[in-house]
Amino acid sequence: MSEKIIETGTLSRKDFKLDTPVKWCAGCGAHAVLASIQGTIPETGVRKEDVVFVSGIGCSSRFPYYIDTYGFHSLHGRATAIASGIKTANPNLSVWVITGDGDSMAIGGNHFIHIIRRNINVNIILFNNKIYGLTKGQYSPTTPKGSITKTSPEGTIENSFQPGELAMGAQGTFFARVVDTDPKMMKDVLLKAAQHKGTSVVEVLLNCVIFANEVHKEITGKEVRDDHQVYLKHGEPMIFGKNRDKGIRYNCNKMEVVTIGEDGITEDDILVHDATNPDDSTHYNLVRMGLPEFPVAMGVVRAAESTVFESLMHDQVTNAQKHSKIKTVNDLINSGNVFRIDQKS
Amino acid sequence: MGKNPKVIHVEDIVVKFAGDSGDGMQLTGSQFSDTSAFIGNDLSTFPDYPAEIRAPQGTIAGVSGFQVHIGEKEITTPGDQADVLVAMNPAALKANMKWIKNGATIIIDIDHFDNKHYKKAGYVEDPLHDGSMEGYNVVKAPITMLTRDTAKPFGLDQKTADRTRNQFVAGLLYWLFNRDIKLGEDFLSNKFKSKPDLVKANIAVLHAGYNYAETIEALSTTFMVDPVKNKKGLFRNITGNQATAWGLLAAAERADKSLFLGSYPITPATEILQEISSRKHLGAVAFQAEDEIAGISSAIGASFAGRLSATTTSGPGLALKGEAIGLAVITELPLVIVDVQRGGPSTGLPTKTEQSDLMQALYGRSGESPVVVLAASTPANCFDYAFEASKIALEHMTPVILLTDGYLANGSELWNIPSTDNLPKIKPPLVEDNDDTYQPYKRDPEKLNRFWAIPGQEGLRHRVGGLEKEDVTGNVSHDALNHQVMVNLRQQKVDKVVDFIPELQVIGDSEGELLVIGWGGTYGGLVSAVNDMRKEGYGISLAHFNYINPLPKNTAEVLSGFKKKIVCEINMGQFAFYLRSKFQKHEFQQFNKVQGLPFFISELKEKFREILDAK
Repeated sequence: MSEKIIETGTLSRKDFKLDTPVKWCAGCGAHAVLASIQGTIPETGVRKEDVVFVSGIGCSSRFPYYIDTYGFHSLHGRATAIASGIKTANPNLSVWVITGDGDSMAIGGNHFIHIIRRNINVNIILFNNKIYGLTKGQYSPTTPKGSITKTSPEGTIENSFQPGELAMGAQGTFFARVVDTDPKMMKDVLLKAAQHKGTSVVEVLLNCVIFANEVHKEITGKEVRDDHQVYLKHGEPMIFGKNRDKGIRYNCNKMEVVTIGEDGITEDDILVHDATNPDDSTHYNLVRMGLPEFPVAMGVVRAAESTVFESLMHDQVTNAQKHSKIKTVNDLINSGNVFRIDQKS
Repeated sequence: MGKNPKVIHVEDIVVKFAGDSGDGMQLTGSQFSDTSAFIGNDLSTFPDYPAEIRAPQGTIAGVSGFQVHIGEKEITTPGDQADVLVAMNPAALKANMKWIKNGATIIIDIDHFDNKHYKKAGYVEDPLHDGSMEGYNVVKAPITMLTRDTAKPFGLDQKTADRTRNQFVAGLLYWLFNRDIKLGEDFLSNKFKSKPDLVKANIAVLHAGYNYAETIEALSTTFMVDPVKNKKGLFRNITGNQATAWGLLAAAERADKSLFLGSYPITPATEILQEISSRKHLGAVAFQAEDEIAGISSAIGASFAGRLSATTTSGPGLALKGEAIGLAVITELPLVIVDVQRGGPSTGLPTKTEQSDLMQALYGRSGESPVVVLAASTPANCFDYAFEASKIALEHMTPVILLTDGYLANGSELWNIPSTDNLPKIKPPLVEDNDDTYQPYKRDPEKLNRFWAIPGQEGLRHRVGGLEKEDVTGNVSHDALNHQVMVNLRQQKVDKVVDFIPELQVIGDSEGELLVIGWGGTYGGLVSAVNDMRKEGYGISLAHFNYINPLPKNTAEVLSGFKKKIVCEINMGQFAFYLRSKFQKHEFQQFNKVQGLPFFISELKEKFREILDAK
């Protein structure tokens, strides 16, 4: 079923602002994401009334209270399940899930992988600050191994999740990564996520000023970001670095970083990003890239086509309605083995 | 050939089919029920099947049963004990000996009564020769052998041929109950529509059974059950789960909404999910979720998006849904939660019945979390209470828990098919687009419900959520006094439902010596026992509850008419405990049984006599 597109030329960011005070800490990365999303929605062309924000529990999940759309602040981990119900019930709605690394990777891990597996057309914005903020500083499933937190005084002994790996493992059709400090990148990527047919997962590397300050510093810091990030764009070579002279290529089926101009490497040797490739093996390798060996992949890693759950569901409904002779509940309860009992008196 | 057997007219009769879980006893049972319904008998059925799909053949654990009670009088239970038992092997006989009447007719497949099968069933002595069958009319029919002989010309392999043995049994019963075998032929032609060869073979075996019965001497008496008196109109045989699914569909239609069901498969509730899954032609969507929590969460989402939404489960699933029910309570969204109760705790007895989720339904959530609780009391009225649960949920903007149980869910009875035009229209409190007086927690003064503004509607954007909200505005509020106001309002909203439900009807006199109190699935047994004893002259009446929270307005008044009261339930006394908390002046005795089985009429009467005769 197609989305309703109407003329929305007059809508702008301020149309999605609410008067209620935003209660995130000063300096929290969430403020920037809110502003980006408020700026992106007018460009999606969807009616304001058709937008629904659903969140779970955690700092990020207060989001629906700060944006002037329909909103549902739900249960810890369950936003994706609730959003699945909303979107299946009414495919015309533009449904966004706001979640965090605890909400989606720990308590809501099951619903996270299953909404992706079904490919329900919902945009999931995952605020990954690698810490439990609202409960004040415990480690999360994305906290790097060895980190000292309130519940890991000697360092965590758990391996951490990469949200992108989970998304790929669940046959995700759209995965992107952005940083909270780059509003332009956020807006570009969010718009692509909104336009994608199927579940879009956008991981936002987000700073928690209180409990995990500068957790992403090695990726987002002004001094290092050009060398430590590769901004992937579909159809363009994976080139990065302050001097735009570094690139990613395959060498004997293994990814490696090379320098253009060294050892005879030219731009032609650099891998060209194909986000739409149905085969996700390169996308999987890209989301796994990490410092110090590799830059961190940013932008849209994967945007592949697949069938969309609620569209197929409604096709089945329409088809059944067209072909069944049973049109009403009266027809139904009078179908099959029905007996008339007459009193012989 | 042929003979002229003695025909006995009986008011009612109970037949039990028992065999290995692969023997097709459920099919034979439903075939017998359908034929009975077709000729106008009232009926009640109950399948008794093992939790394992195919337990080891020939063992007690693998015995699958199907009990049918038919009559010309009104039938309210599948019957305590059987008049006729079909036992396909020694295990089926052994498992059922205590569930049959003295003098019962027992039809056995003699081909399976050998030492090998005795050993599997755990018999030390040959039961046919140790005197234990004395007083019964045992018909030793070579069912397997004659079936194989009959099926041979149809070219079926032995395994397939053996599967038609149930038709030999069916044929035998057509003769035993003086029924037109044409009905059996029609049943088979319909059942195996796409497999004409199988139809022919099955019909041949059906006739073989019929002819065998006509020929042997052992069946010198046959039974005749006349059409039911006091019932007239269009009927069908319906199980509780089917009725529940159809009640939800009917409610959606009467509310001009389409149904959304978010569920996870769980015994004994799964058939509701399956039924709704095949009703897309009525606009219904069934979302088979990844777990119980996602089941209810998706339903809450669909409710927010404007659908009539439901989730179906059994006890362990209800436990998992507790948190989300709390969310539906605080967001005040319409939602129907069906709990088909089974033996617990934990996995417990998945295929057996129990009424032990009552407290969980009433109180099993965090915080002050009132919901409306209803209970269906017969397989067919699962339709009415699923409809009623939906109506209350939609019109009062509240989650409603509907309790049924394994006994109602899998049992069946004759259902007088209603016309859906006669069902009330359901009118949820919708809001006009751009209604500038709309506020998320503004309430209807009469019912105290908030209003249902639906995403997509213009000018009604708002936010709901699990955090406490300010009265009227719906803004997040941590204010102490506001919380008290909201807790009170949520409670009062549920309490006010009492003004919209019927009063409690007493069966029998409204005053007397003993009031039997029941709720939910025990109705059939209780009403039979009470009616029998009233005929015997006892001052006994029945108050059976379908509305648990809130309780009907006149409950205290009903209780006051009786010297003694006994609460009968398939648990340790949960409803008795609830009534004591609500009606502290009254004393309640208890009669409880927790064996995964319904009450037997005989044990109820024994208990009631004990109370009434003790003076």
